[in-house]
Amino acid sequence: MNMRAVIKGNSEQVEVTCQSRSLWSDALSRLLRQKAAVLGLIIVLALIASAIFAPFIAPYDPEKGKLSDRLQPPSAEHWLGTDSQGRDILSRIIYGSRISIQVGVITVGISLVIGTFLGAVSGYFGGILDLLVMRFIDIMMAFPYILLAIAITAVLGPSLINAMIAIGIVGIPIYARVVRGAVLSVKENEYIDAAKAVGCTNGQIIWRHVLPNCIAPIIVQATLGIGTAILDAAGLSFLGLGAKPPKPEWGLMLNQGKDALQTAPWTVMFPGLAILLVVLGFNLLGDGLRDALDPKLKD
Amino acid sequence: MAEDLLQVRDLKKYFPVMKGIIPRQVGAVKAVDGVTFDVKEGETLGLVGESGCGKSTTGRLLLRLLEPTAGQIIFNGKDITRLNAREMRPIRKQLQMVFQDPYASLNPRMTVEEILSEPMRVHGIGDRHSRVRKVMELLDVVGLASYHARRYPHEFSGGQRQRIGIARALAVNPKLIICDEPVSALDVSIQAQVINLLEDLQKEFGLTYIFIAHDLSVVKHISDRVAVMYLGRIVELGTDTQLYREPRHPYTRALLSAIPIPNPKHKKQRVILKGDVPSPLNPPSGCHFHNRCQQVMNICRTEIPHLQDLGNGHQVACHLYRETKTA
Repeated sequence: MNMRAVIKGNSEQVEVTCQSRSLWSDALSRLLRQKAAVLGLIIVLALIASAIFAPFIAPYDPEKGKLSDRLQPPSAEHWLGTDSQGRDILSRIIYGSRISIQVGVITVGISLVIGTFLGAVSGYFGGILDLLVMRFIDIMMAFPYILLAIAITAVLGPSLINAMIAIGIVGIPIYARVVRGAVLSVKENEYIDAAKAVGCTNGQIIWRHVLPNCIAPIIVQATLGIGTAILDAAGLSFLGLGAKPPKPEWGLMLNQGKDALQTAPWTVMFPGLAILLVVLGFNLLGDGLRDALDPKLKD
Repeated sequence: MAEDLLQVRDLKKYFPVMKGIIPRQVGAVKAVDGVTFDVKEGETLGLVGESGCGKSTTGRLLLRLLEPTAGQIIFNGKDITRLNAREMRPIRKQLQMVFQDPYASLNPRMTVEEILSEPMRVHGIGDRHSRVRKVMELLDVVGLASYHARRYPHEFSGGQRQRIGIARALAVNPKLIICDEPVSALDVSIQAQVINLLEDLQKEFGLTYIFIAHDLSVVKHISDRVAVMYLGRIVELGTDTQLYREPRHPYTRALLSAIPIPNPKHKKQRVILKGDVPSPLNPPSGCHFHNRCQQVMNICRTEIPHLQDLGNGHQVACHLYRETKTA
């Protein structure tokens, strides 16, 4: 709360204006007070910037190399060295950030939309519907995460799009559970009864009254989820189930560099570091958001 | 006075109690156990009782926020007990509620304007411009300024929020408003302000109220008739003068004697009840009040007393007055 008192001249009139900031700007200021979260935010912003400005930052073409320059160690010309086909690794990592963001947003989008729908419906209506949906979710969770993703990609056929769909599907249970839990607590509030008394339909109540009040845990889960999704997509690409060469996908770069691991470690080290850094960034930001959006958790 | 706007007949709500790995019903909490009363158009019916006596549950049943186990609710000549959600919607326009906790009954993510225009939007009243105009009118009616429309609930005090809650109930021009302890969460100084607002609105719009409260003096002030509830049943019902001047039921007498009188020299007899309210899971046999009653008779332990008219609409459910009816 930001209080401002205005006392007017000699007159007895005292005017006090109480200017309060919205819930979101409060959360933002709490977020910026956490060093780790700010670091995460910087990493994420850097990733987004490198994806947007890739053609301007990248010194070389990411997909064409000079065979005479193959497996060059880091130098002034190639800051992070070159790979077995003479392509500049820095440029490939910069262009790879585009794929990573694409993967993160699309996979989380798939899990988020379906998971939120399932969680909201099952939490709000309860009863037999809840039982069925949650048992289905339990079955999905019983499979090892990456194994299920591999199975789905294998069925759909290996490609980056299918890898994203597979990881998106595998992520549904987490969102469904998070949203269901939040819905269960929000729907007990009196304003939900008030909405019923006013005559809102169940759909209107879920959309306008329940979900807006569950937004904090959903945002936290989605932020953390982007990091995991990027990691999993890199994993699938490494296994040959995701992006196809010559795409500058980070997991694929690891795969292609692994044969030269002993003679040219930079070919795997830098893509690996890029993955590590981005996942770390999203996790730090997600943790920070959790604390910022729920101040009760800290005290 | 005008005719009955609302008739409630033998309304019951039992909450099942489940136990075991495979849930099995082992009992029922009889929150509302056969409540019968009428509300006339334009009057205020007070509903009083201790915590847990079923007065709020009754209010929620009337609005169909809870499904009644048995009984009938007849609103404006139409039985609304078994209507489905779609059939109920047009009725909701005439039947609104003011909630107890002004801190919990407003959606924290909606502005006041959104909160107040929602009932009109849901019922398809007016277009966007006329709704905004109506919101401004409503704010004015409840004593708030038009610039408050853009604010969020957390920027208001408890009394202001309760007035927003009242404005929301008024938005669709209802006939009956159920006020579920609308002032019990407010400071005493703010209580009077909200009560006076409710009274003014009643005169202005010809509203009918069901006023649920545990504060007897507040209820006396606002109500035309008062019903006293104990453990899910109405034990006495009468006009406020009948009930406060000559309470008949021993429970009503005990309740009334608990009202403090701001005069230190005033000596009065307190009727002090022993023990707690029994659990509604396993209420006493016969008259629910018999184990705390000072005038208990044998018949009270076995037979449930029914509401009977003592004349002039003063009804009481007590075996002490059985003879008066036959005589």
